[in-house]
Amino acid sequence: MTPAQVAALLNEPACDHNAAKKREKPGCVRLKPGATAGGCSFDGAMITLFPIADVAHIVHGSIACAGSSWDGRGSVSSSPGLYRLGMTTDLTEQDIILGRGDKRLLLGIRQVVERYAPQAVFVYQTCIPALIGDNIEAICHAAQEHFGLPVIPVDAAGFYGTKNLGNRIAGDTMVRRVIGAREPDPIPEAARRPGMTVHDINLVGEFNIAGEFWNVLPLLDELGLRVLCTLAGDARFHEVQTMHRAEVTMLVCSKALINVARLLEEHYAVPWFEGSFYGIRDTSMALRTMARIIADPDLMTRTERLIEREESAVRTALAPLIERLRGRRAILYTGGVKSWSVVSALQDLGMEVVATGTRKSTEQDKARIRELMGQEAIMIEEGTSERLLGLAEAHDADLLIAGGRNMFTALKGRMPFLDINQEREHAYAGYAGMVTLAQRLIATIESPIWPLVRHRPPWQSTIVGEA
Amino acid sequence: MATLIKRNKALSVRPLKTGQPTGAVLAFQGIKNSLPMLHGSQGCSAFTKVFFVRHFREPIPVQTTAMDQISVVMGGTDNVMTGLETLAKTGKARIIGLISTGLTEVQGVDLHGLVRQFRDSHRQFMDRVTVVGVNAGDFKGCLESGYANAVEAMIETLLPDTADEKGAEGLKRPCINVLPGAHLTPGDVDVLKKYVEAFGLHPIVLPDLSTALDGHVPESRSSPVSTGGTLMEEIQSMPQSLATLVAGSALNRAAEVLEQRTGVPNHHCHGLMGVQAMDRLVTFLSRLTGRPVPDWIERDRSRLLDAMMDTHFNLTGHGLGLAGDPDWLLQWHGVLVEMGLVGRVVVASTASPALAQSDFETIKIGDLEDMEDLITAPNGRQELHALIGNSHVAEMARRLDLPILRCGYPLFDWVGGHARAWIGYEGTRQAYYDLANAIIHTKHHQHHPFRSRFAVPA
Repeated sequence: MTPAQVAALLNEPACDHNAAKKREKPGCVRLKPGATAGGCSFDGAMITLFPIADVAHIVHGSIACAGSSWDGRGSVSSSPGLYRLGMTTDLTEQDIILGRGDKRLLLGIRQVVERYAPQAVFVYQTCIPALIGDNIEAICHAAQEHFGLPVIPVDAAGFYGTKNLGNRIAGDTMVRRVIGAREPDPIPEAARRPGMTVHDINLVGEFNIAGEFWNVLPLLDELGLRVLCTLAGDARFHEVQTMHRAEVTMLVCSKALINVARLLEEHYAVPWFEGSFYGIRDTSMALRTMARIIADPDLMTRTERLIEREESAVRTALAPLIERLRGRRAILYTGGVKSWSVVSALQDLGMEVVATGTRKSTEQDKARIRELMGQEAIMIEEGTSERLLGLAEAHDADLLIAGGRNMFTALKGRMPFLDINQEREHAYAGYAGMVTLAQRLIATIESPIWPLVRHRPPWQSTIVGEA
Repeated sequence: MATLIKRNKALSVRPLKTGQPTGAVLAFQGIKNSLPMLHGSQGCSAFTKVFFVRHFREPIPVQTTAMDQISVVMGGTDNVMTGLETLAKTGKARIIGLISTGLTEVQGVDLHGLVRQFRDSHRQFMDRVTVVGVNAGDFKGCLESGYANAVEAMIETLLPDTADEKGAEGLKRPCINVLPGAHLTPGDVDVLKKYVEAFGLHPIVLPDLSTALDGHVPESRSSPVSTGGTLMEEIQSMPQSLATLVAGSALNRAAEVLEQRTGVPNHHCHGLMGVQAMDRLVTFLSRLTGRPVPDWIERDRSRLLDAMMDTHFNLTGHGLGLAGDPDWLLQWHGVLVEMGLVGRVVVASTASPALAQSDFETIKIGDLEDMEDLITAPNGRQELHALIGNSHVAEMARRLDLPILRCGYPLFDWVGGHARAWIGYEGTRQAYYDLANAIIHTKHHQHHPFRSRFAVPA
């Protein structure tokens, strides 16, 4: 990929980051050596596309890229899981010196096609072959001709840039090479219900972490909304091919894949909106917006009925839990859309969010934060462990909510913690997810360990941090 | 001599191998106030961080030179200089590990030249910060060898380059140097220290994960650098030690350099599991110090012997599948031999000379797809009773309905893997217990019931 192509992807017209470019928003600026956190473009592309379960995902590179990362994400699938086999050309010194990398790749594609019979093969470019100029485009083309199945190059070497760029590249690759290749299957007879029109939708940026989308999918089924594809939780290759036929795309919690939503609109006139399945209000809002854009009056009526029923049920289930959470103070440190979508979920639980992270948030995200938390809302741009724990102390917070890699930092500060990012083990989406969320919050906040953990031994008798 | 069966397919599927840079980062975690910085794309450090955070359930300090398209073409010198300067300026890191990756090695980086250049151009930091350059391309070796490269580089950089004349005679303190391989857990290193301390020796462990990634709550609640591990001052006093214990053949080269520089003689431990390996260590320590073997060691040894008798009914003659890095496999080898366990399926991430010289029958150099193929081949399951390996091996064990002992990197579906001590008489005893229990509970030996035709129906 050339620098110009990278720049074009970064200059995403639908993204507010670019509208505010003069202010040099992070995410699109040069990285600072020695002070950079987060994954590379390969990482971003991989996490976006790996959940497509019936594809053989081949990482073309040396062992570092796949060796320590394979099968490491929380994206869950209902399929046997070809996608979970870490496949890599595992390039050796000899391969590199003798320029045998592309041959190994071609043989590797044959190996997986013969053994695993995938629906398609994705080949991920990484740093070394990108540097020495392995032409994965040509190899994939040749393999596609020869094996008679789609072999898609994903040109997202780590040094191209951030994880965010990798998400973009992955999305762009799907739009240019996969979406539009196939028509959706006819609706199965058994799935039809009299008098109900079935509408097709897409969910972009839904990763089914810990299986949480299965909290939502039954509701969509009930409403007669057929999910053509999620990009990419529990997705299949042939589903991705049909995304151009949806009546609406919901962009779930993700600025990173905004290009997919925009291109689907530009190329195929599929309207899109940004929504979230975290929290009662946001889940209802997402369902309502879908129905409104599809503009089927019957669907709108049924949606309202479903929302009323679900909200009432979840409020009853939550009532005793909210009593225990009311007034608890949380510090939230997560990226982008979650910086406000989770705020609203926590507020639904009676909690107070004293500060929220805005590292990857846009101006629009920030406006929403102010709407929810007030004009004085504390926004955390750079959440070093010292800063997060300092804020927690200053504002008497009860817990820190952040991604797994911050978890152990919080625990070193002897703080209750909830993991909200990709690696977590619990499903928080949808109405049912709210009950799980409340339970997990209570489990950490009310654990009897905290007084013990915070006190010095009796022969020292002060509280840690007071000394 | 073991027969090593080399890689014979294009793709690695379900890799067993982890790259050298990851191992090098691990080594720096065991040096107090150090911070490794990978010279590569930011993903190199992000993947490494997540890998160890999930394994240890600890914050893992690691930085990156964040190579991008421009610096990949134009050279990464600026990235290295800016990165080192940024870290040095914070004043927190006393030792910075500058670790190359596949990308920058292929680019042809002169890592040590860059370290010199930084030293010359940033003299203001020199009394506070030492930069250790480590070559760790990931297109060869594995986690163990990357870790060993880092230990070697630490010795090269942090110790004077000639044996101190005075050091050789007379001034020896009752200290002992310990170079623990990457196959030892923080819990293992703890045990090793306990053994040498039992002979009145003060251990200088390079690197010491047992005070860094042992899972403790530090007084200061957050730190951008490693919060425990070997002190710089300790490292510099290594020339005064009586001897150096070297645990793991990957460290042979590092140990040689240390011996050359300090004149302190090496003692190589070939594994630290099993009666004979531990007997050799204890004998060595006793002779070195002239001290008798303490009662607790004899007690622990006696307990192990008792456990061997108790468990051999369930273990002797049983087959195991093992997958890991070379030294990790060699350490298990001692246990297998002493108990009459059979390494039926042995898969190594990479080859090593010591592995080739071992008397494992055959070793497949490969991945977990290879391992599963060997197990599911005709007769592969025969006399195979349990697997030993990391969390990915555990996943396979679940699928194949085989018991698993989780050991190695990474363990992400298991709490406390880092704390487990496998070595020493007591660690070996517990390993036998756990293996025997795993096998007993699968009840492979249960007979199918047979009711006599003459029995009256109930």
